[in-house]
Formats: sequence, structure tokens, C-alpha cells
Amino acid sequence: MFRITHLVAAIAAASLLTAPVHAQELTGTLKKIKDTGVVKVGHRDASVPFSYLDDQQKPIGYGMDICAKIVDRIKAELKMPALKVEFVPVTSQTRIPVLMGGNIDMECGSTTNSVERQKQVAFAPTYFMTGTKIIVKKSSGIKGYDDLKGKTVVFTQGTTNERAMKAYNDEKKLGINFVPSKDHAESFLAVDTGRAVAFPMDDILLYGLKAGARNPNDFEVIGEFLSDDPYAIMLRKDDPAFKKLIDDTVAGLYKSGEINKLYAKWFESTIPPKGINLNFPMSEGLKAIVKSPNDTGVGACGRMKC
Amino acid sequence: MDFGFLTQPAFSGGGTYLDWVISGVKWTLLVSLCAWVIAFTIGSVLGVMRTTKVAWLNGPATIYVELFRNVPLLVQMFIWYFVVPEIVPKALGGWMKQGMPMPEFWSAVLALGFYTASRVAEQVRSGIQSIPAGQTHAALATGLTMPQVYRHLLLPMGYRIVIPPLTSEFLTIFKNSSVALTIGVLELTAQARTISEYTFRTFEIFTLATVVYVLITMAVVVVMQLLERRVRVPGYIGTGK
Repeated sequence: MFRITHLVAAIAAASLLTAPVHAQELTGTLKKIKDTGVVKVGHRDASVPFSYLDDQQKPIGYGMDICAKIVDRIKAELKMPALKVEFVPVTSQTRIPVLMGGNIDMECGSTTNSVERQKQVAFAPTYFMTGTKIIVKKSSGIKGYDDLKGKTVVFTQGTTNERAMKAYNDEKKLGINFVPSKDHAESFLAVDTGRAVAFPMDDILLYGLKAGARNPNDFEVIGEFLSDDPYAIMLRKDDPAFKKLIDDTVAGLYKSGEINKLYAKWFESTIPPKGINLNFPMSEGLKAIVKSPNDTGVGACGRMKC
Repeated sequence: MDFGFLTQPAFSGGGTYLDWVISGVKWTLLVSLCAWVIAFTIGSVLGVMRTTKVAWLNGPATIYVELFRNVPLLVQMFIWYFVVPEIVPKALGGWMKQGMPMPEFWSAVLALGFYTASRVAEQVRSGIQSIPAGQTHAALATGLTMPQVYRHLLLPMGYRIVIPPLTSEFLTIFKNSSVALTIGVLELTAQARTISEYTFRTFEIFTLATVVYVLITMAVVVVMQLLERRVRVPGYIGTGK
């Protein structure tokens, strides 16, 4: 019995692998990778634990591990075991233009799949579910969003959290004084030094920043979710062959249960560079997605259902 | 390219994206002009100090120039914004961070002003030193004191000589003001980035920003040429062509 299923699986895998290999059929990104011999992977510098730099300035993380699987799959599909992988750092502002311009082939970081972004780019199945909360200093006395009235809030430019926080501010007429900053590390620094009282960001990233701070106990992540943020690998639009390869790889990780190992490695164990443990068990939302992978983006209102 | 999105209502704040651009232009001009006032004032004083033979005037000015022109502007911006409030007395630091109105604006003005001052100082010094020593000697021989030589000969002629390089510095300050976006001043480049993220009209908005920067710098060039023509000494350099 075991042998038969094994054989069936092997045939299925082989047919999957061989089907699109004929060179003349290659299109889009796969053709580009085949022609140039290089796959360009976009990464972040401070999106712990998805995509960030370790103490050797090497990009690592949950997203990077998943992208490594995709690169393996590309190597197999194109029969290019020596395929070169180039890591390109991107920021919240540069990721979409850089991807569209062809300087990266996929972005493996902490990018929210949104209906609006889908007008420009495509996404792999969601690999993490999070949402906007704020990080504050315990000593600030901020207990909820409404305590931010008239206070200074720092945000990372180009994020969905910026929109969620501003929409809330407009709706509740809080008169928040917003200060933009260029990346998460700098935004967090603004809260740490007291430039701003709060920083709205995806909660998991806030836990990551808190865990990496000099004095983690000074900070706290508070509030209800202001938005839903499903993370996914970002790729160019209208490239069905490449999207299928990525979708299949991610879905394969979910189906085989390998995702649980990856998840535990990055969210429930100590991670470099400081040996912190996020202790962040898999949410019910993500469990549901692992069961039935999908690439549904968050709506214009910042929620999955608008 | 389609610039229609500019008149659409912006995501937040009630205006249109065009209002964001206008606000960006306003901050670019404010940061640059305020910084230029600092740069020109301090730069002139330092430039004169560097031309004197008095050690206690010359020394500090030289240290200032070497310090400020050798540290990248981006780093200086960061220091003024994040580091200075941490090293001054706690009460003052706290005020700088939250009490002071528009902390990012003033940090940017100071950083840009002090940095450019070191460059202006060098221009002024080179202007003064390019005047033949014979003129100074002649002036002293007529009975003028050294301060009077500066007042009536070296400064009026020196400034005229350096109008072209000072024009470049003045242009540069507008372009360098975009570095202020790193500490959160929503000037033109920062607004262009934000709008590009909201509308995905990256190419259109940066084209517009480029055109606006060129218009601003062209205006500066025209004003400086008018100035050059107006103050020129007949038969001397600086015809303002």
C-alpha cells in the first residue's frame, strides 16, 4: 500500500515537474530566470521573524525559508541546479516599484496582500495572518487608541498600518500628530526615545521589535486589531506559470505539514541574532488558511470583509 | 502618463493629492529658505574668520568647517533629530522631543543650515582670498584699519566674486532639503513617495516632483543672475550673463 501511494505520488510529482519544462513554453519570470541564470529574491532588513538581517548581514526568516523552497522548485523545474540566487534588500516604499521594474522576481517579507495592491502585483497564498495594533511605552499611560488624542504617533511610510491608523484618526477625530519614518527600526526608535508615544504596525512585527529592544519590559503592544493583514509572497502580475509554481510550492508545504516545522522554528523557538523567542502560537486564522490555502487580499476598508 | 489622480480626494486629511503636492512644495521651500538664512549668516562669519590671521578666530572656524563638511548630511540630520535630545539635559531633551512645535522641521533646518554653512564659509573665504593682496596693502596704506578694509574692500568685492558658486550652494540646499524626509518632514520628495504608495502612480508623481524641483531651481538661478547683474562692478568679473 505504502509503495503504491509512493509511486502515485512520484508520478504525480514527475508529471508536475516535467509538464511545463519545454523551453519554448517558458514565459514571464521563469523565462527571465532561465535566460539570465539568476533568480532575484527581495528581502527586508528588520521584519522579524519574516525577513531580516542576522549578525552576518545575511537575510533570514520564515519568509526567506519559504522562498528557499520556491527557489529549489525553480531549480528543479528549469533543470538548473546551479541557478544563482541574488538577495536584494527592499523597503516598504520600494518593494512594489522594484518588483514591477524587474529588479526582484519575488518579495519574501512582511507584505500585506491587499485588493488595492493586486491592481499592480500578484500574491502567493497567505503565509501569515496579523493585523494592526500599537506599541507604546508602559510609562506613557496609553491604554487604548482613544488615549492617543492630540498625541504624536510615528508610522512607517507606505504601510497598510499607516492607513488603518489614519482612517481611525479621521473617524474618531482624535487630532493625532503623525510623524512619518522610513523603516520599522526607525519608527520603533522614535517610540523608544520618546519622539512619539505610539507606533501602529502589524502586531507580530511589534512583538519582534519589542523582543529585540534593549529593555523589552518597558514596552507593550495594545489595542484591538485596527486592520487585517494577511502576509504573502509578492510577485509580478499576469504571470500564471510563475504564480502556479509558487502557489504549488506553498500549498505543498501546507499539505505536507512542513509548514508547522517552519512555523515552530521562527515563532516558537529562539531565533537569531539575539536568541529571543516570540512564543507566538499559530492563530486560528492561519490554521484555516493552511487547511485551504488562498490568496484573498484585504479589502480597501482594511478588513477581509468590507 | 495620466495625471488625473491628482484631483482625486486623498486617502486621508480631506484634500486632494494635489494638495499634498502643494503642501510638500511649501515644506521644501520653508526648510530650504530657513536653512539658507542660517547657512548664509553663519557661513559668512566663519568665512571671514578663516581669512584672518588671528589664531583664536581662525582655529575654531577651521574646526567647524572640517567637522560639518566631512560628515554626511544624512548622518547629521539623524544626529540632530535623534541624538541631540538624548545628550542635552533631560528637561530640555523632553521639550525638544514633544514640547517643541514641529521638532522634525526645526531639526531639519538646523542640520541643513549648519551643514551648508560650512560650504558657504569656504566660498566666502575663497572669494576674499582671490582679491590680490596688493589691494589690501593699498587700502592699509591709505590709512584704513583692517576692519575697514574688510568692510569697504574685501567683503564687497569678495561676495561679488562668489555669487556664481553661492548660487550653486543655494540650489543645492533645495535639493538637499529632500534628505529631511528621513526624519519625517513631509516635503516634496516625501509627499511624492507617500502619494506613489497610495495611488501607485510612481512614474507620474516623481515626474511631477522633478518638474517642480527644476522650476524652483530655475527661479533661484534667475534671481541670482538678476542680483549678479545689479551689483556688478563695471570692468570687473561677474557680468551675470
